[in-house]
Amino acid sequence: MSAAFAAVYTRDIRLALRRRVEALLPVVFFVVAVSLFPVGVGPEPQTLRVIAAGVVWVCALLASMLSVANLYALDHSDGSLEQMLLSGHPPTVIAAAKAAAHWTITGAPLVLAAPVIGLLLDMSPAALATLVAALLLGTPVLSLLGGVGAALTLGLRSAGVLLILLILPLTIPALIFGSGAVGAVDSGISASGHFSLLGALLIFTALIAPLATAVALRIALE
Amino acid sequence: MPKDAAASAARTVDAALDTLACIDLACRRGNRLLFKGVNLQVGAGQAVWLRGRNGRGKTSLLRLAAGLAVPESGHVSWGGVDVRRASVYASVRVYIGHANALKEDLTVTESLQFLARLHGRAHDVPSLHGALERVGMASRRDALVRTLSQGQRRRAALARLALERSPTLWLLDEPYDALDVDGIDAVNRLLHENLARGGSVLLTSHLPPGAGAPDVAEFDLDPFAG
Repeated sequence: MSAAFAAVYTRDIRLALRRRVEALLPVVFFVVAVSLFPVGVGPEPQTLRVIAAGVVWVCALLASMLSVANLYALDHSDGSLEQMLLSGHPPTVIAAAKAAAHWTITGAPLVLAAPVIGLLLDMSPAALATLVAALLLGTPVLSLLGGVGAALTLGLRSAGVLLILLILPLTIPALIFGSGAVGAVDSGISASGHFSLLGALLIFTALIAPLATAVALRIALE
Repeated sequence: MPKDAAASAARTVDAALDTLACIDLACRRGNRLLFKGVNLQVGAGQAVWLRGRNGRGKTSLLRLAAGLAVPESGHVSWGGVDVRRASVYASVRVYIGHANALKEDLTVTESLQFLARLHGRAHDVPSLHGALERVGMASRRDALVRTLSQGQRRRAALARLALERSPTLWLLDEPYDALDVDGIDAVNRLLHENLARGGSVLLTSHLPPGAGAPDVAEFDLDPFAG
């Protein structure tokens, strides 16, 4: 079981390393999209500080969703997905490995880029630390939910748009508590409540999403 | 299925592999019933050639046999147990579909290694190189899959068969597709070995398996058209 997880995970990481430019696109999108806000909203530090957490979270969300559309599509078209499901390993393990690899390739760079981008929006050091911690808990949720969406829209035309419509509503709790944590720290209260809720959300999603993905994959292949 | 052909293809085996049985099988694609009333058995040491016109459902039948799809009616069983429930089935079934399941951005060896690891076969580099040599891909083993020709990709996909050590059930969708004479010979040798071990083979091909192929029982899907 862990052998299948390791096989799928290392293969996906290796594939991403072979296509570095493609793998970096989400984080580039993230940086560019966030940097548009000071231009559009105006450079007043006061305004930027207020909207910073929300802007970073929304852009991270969109960057995750953009890259998740192809999570299963290529494996589906070249027959790898069939082989994974025929291997006798539980499909939930395959789904978990794919989501973990997606987070490593997309989510982790977003978390690393967030402090730099936060500085651009004049966030305080305490707010920056909270933002990073919240993203660390929240981005895996996005990868897991994205996996469900990618599996549900497998083989459909205009899968990309449909996936975003399906999954974005489900990511709203992560968005609320993630940006809420930064807001709490900014107004001088503890963010531990937000972190607990984000943690609970992560555990819940980690338990449910691979199961849902596995069922969706089975249906897609029939 | 002609009984005499099946009997001639059957070989004596000791550790008998279970029998794949399709019982009163019907398959639907969209609104069209592809076939119905198909009864087919593939026993240990037996090779069956599934033939039929284009669009008759050869690939669909193979996918049903692999347990990838659910039949419209009837069932597919392995040793009497439904293939989608038989836990041993995953380890004895080797399904190579129309798609080669190779990754464009990996090398031939890496692609094969992933499949071998996934299916719990030997995946050390000497074994993989040995398998690639069996299908005449030794010189291209470190090439990226995207640089290979169609026939070379097919060979690389079929190299999985050379990793098999124990008798297994091979479900092959057009294994000879895009292969040259050498490639066909290599595949035939692998088929012979599996049958001699007591394994079994169900393959589709739009052309009759030629000289050098093992004795195959023929199963024509055309009379079962829905």
